[in-house]
Amino acid sequence: MKNPKITEKVAFFFLFLATLLIVVPVGLIVIIIIRKGLPAINWKFLTDIPREGMRQGGIFPAIVGTLYLVLGAISFALPIGLMSAIYLSEYAKDNFFSRLIKLAIVNLAGVPSVVYGLFGLALFVVFFKFGASILSGSLTLGIMILPIIITASREALESVPYHFREVSWSLGASKWQTIRYLVLPNAISGILTGIILGLGRAAGETAPILFTVAAFYLPQLPKSIFDQVMALPYHLYVISTQVPNVEEKLRYGTALVLLMIVLFMNLVAIIIRYKFRKKKKW
Amino acid sequence: MRRIKEFIIEKLILISGLTCVLFVLLIFLFLLKEGMSVFKTVSVLKFLLGKNWYPISEPPQLGILPLILGSLMVTLGAIIISLPLGVACALYIAEVAPLKIKEVLKAGIELLAAIPSVVLGFIGMVTLVPWVKHVFRLPTGLTALSGSIMLAFMAMPTIVSVAEDALYAVPKAYKEAALALGATRWQTIYRVILPAASSGILAAVMLGIGRVIGETMAVMMITGNSATIPKSILEPVRTLTATIAAEMGEAVVGSEHYFALFAIGIVLFVISFIINVSADLFLHKTKS
Repeated sequence: MKNPKITEKVAFFFLFLATLLIVVPVGLIVIIIIRKGLPAINWKFLTDIPREGMRQGGIFPAIVGTLYLVLGAISFALPIGLMSAIYLSEYAKDNFFSRLIKLAIVNLAGVPSVVYGLFGLALFVVFFKFGASILSGSLTLGIMILPIIITASREALESVPYHFREVSWSLGASKWQTIRYLVLPNAISGILTGIILGLGRAAGETAPILFTVAAFYLPQLPKSIFDQVMALPYHLYVISTQVPNVEEKLRYGTALVLLMIVLFMNLVAIIIRYKFRKKKKW
Repeated sequence: MRRIKEFIIEKLILISGLTCVLFVLLIFLFLLKEGMSVFKTVSVLKFLLGKNWYPISEPPQLGILPLILGSLMVTLGAIIISLPLGVACALYIAEVAPLKIKEVLKAGIELLAAIPSVVLGFIGMVTLVPWVKHVFRLPTGLTALSGSIMLAFMAMPTIVSVAEDALYAVPKAYKEAALALGATRWQTIYRVILPAASSGILAAVMLGIGRVIGETMAVMMITGNSATIPKSILEPVRTLTATIAAEMGEAVVGSEHYFALFAIGIVLFVISFIINVSADLFLHKTKS
């Protein structure tokens, strides 16, 4: 009974079981969505506007909307995020200042997504009077993905060995020249990974865009950054909870397109990371 | 010229670093700015402990106790499920699994983290909800339990990856010493590695709780959205997050309802702030 070898076998079996219980449903979910969503996917579904109260037609405006939002978010978050990462990895000393910034990043990462939505509504939509628009939504999403970009970029910058910098300085390069021509090029793949993960996150989030940009039904494309747009995640929410009698195929099809966009970005990030690991010279 | 350019760039970099702090402050300030107005009409105590949430009746009744209890119940259920499973999974990946299987498992967990919450909510609606309804013979499957199960699942990537890091951070010498003394691998894990990693695992659980409390879309789609004080886990509930997401669209800017939803936002912000700061403390304790 008290044989430790048997106890070990039993314990390991339960650990394995617990792991399966988590990983198997993930696989199942992806398979179910692909199997039930694939029949809905055709050229018309991807390029047509929603028709008949979203019960027919396609999801083109939602795809375009999500694309705009993601690009807007990244063009705001990338410069700020990258420079913050440079500050933390290259300039900051271990003082109150840098600790405050790190704490702020931890908190930004933990703020519930719906609170970002509230914040975007109060600051961009109401206070700055941007209205519910691509601009408001992109800025809100941009702030939300900042911590992802900063954390990934910082890790990438810090993984460049310190003696690289010393060599550069000893050759007479200034601090910024060293960063610009040596550290950044060597960290680029890690930074790219962070950007792509941020893009994926921005594409999939619903709560931050609920009150800042997303339109329930808008069968035309936006003309300026002050227009509302439809967005894929919100569209999926709408057709699965707000509109009765939508064909199941359409719901699964929308879920599949969203899932594929997000997974594709993650896959690219993984490939970049993998290639980088192989190429790493130090 | 180059001097000036460098000077400007360095200042820009410093300012960018500070914007993160600025954003946190801005979020809090704007939540306060909009949310505090509600306390002109309702006292803080009545707001937090009021049993009725009828924001559009006349006069509106703004008590968020049902919502707090809803969030609490769903969170508690989720943690009871995800804590043992998540730690077990982290142990398996970090200590037991062969290298090749390990890579596959980690990819699976990362995949889960990548799936948008609205997609998981949709899948929960069409699979988990009917299942709960059938198994417990309920009039509806949109219950706190469904939410707990779904959220336990969604908290896994956070719990597993943070706990895994904590396990790796345990010095190798501890493990080698235990094995050299004749302990089996399981005894080593159970008696040496797990206690040594305990504060990191605590941080993992706290971050998991933070993830669960803040989750919005999936929970809104599968918990039934009924803003009453729940009596059992097999009843529909409504969480703090779902209330904001579901009602803000209809609330008129500047109305009491609007202010009250921002006040809920303050509550959520404060909860997540406390959780994140203390999890960060636990994590640093592991490192030093």
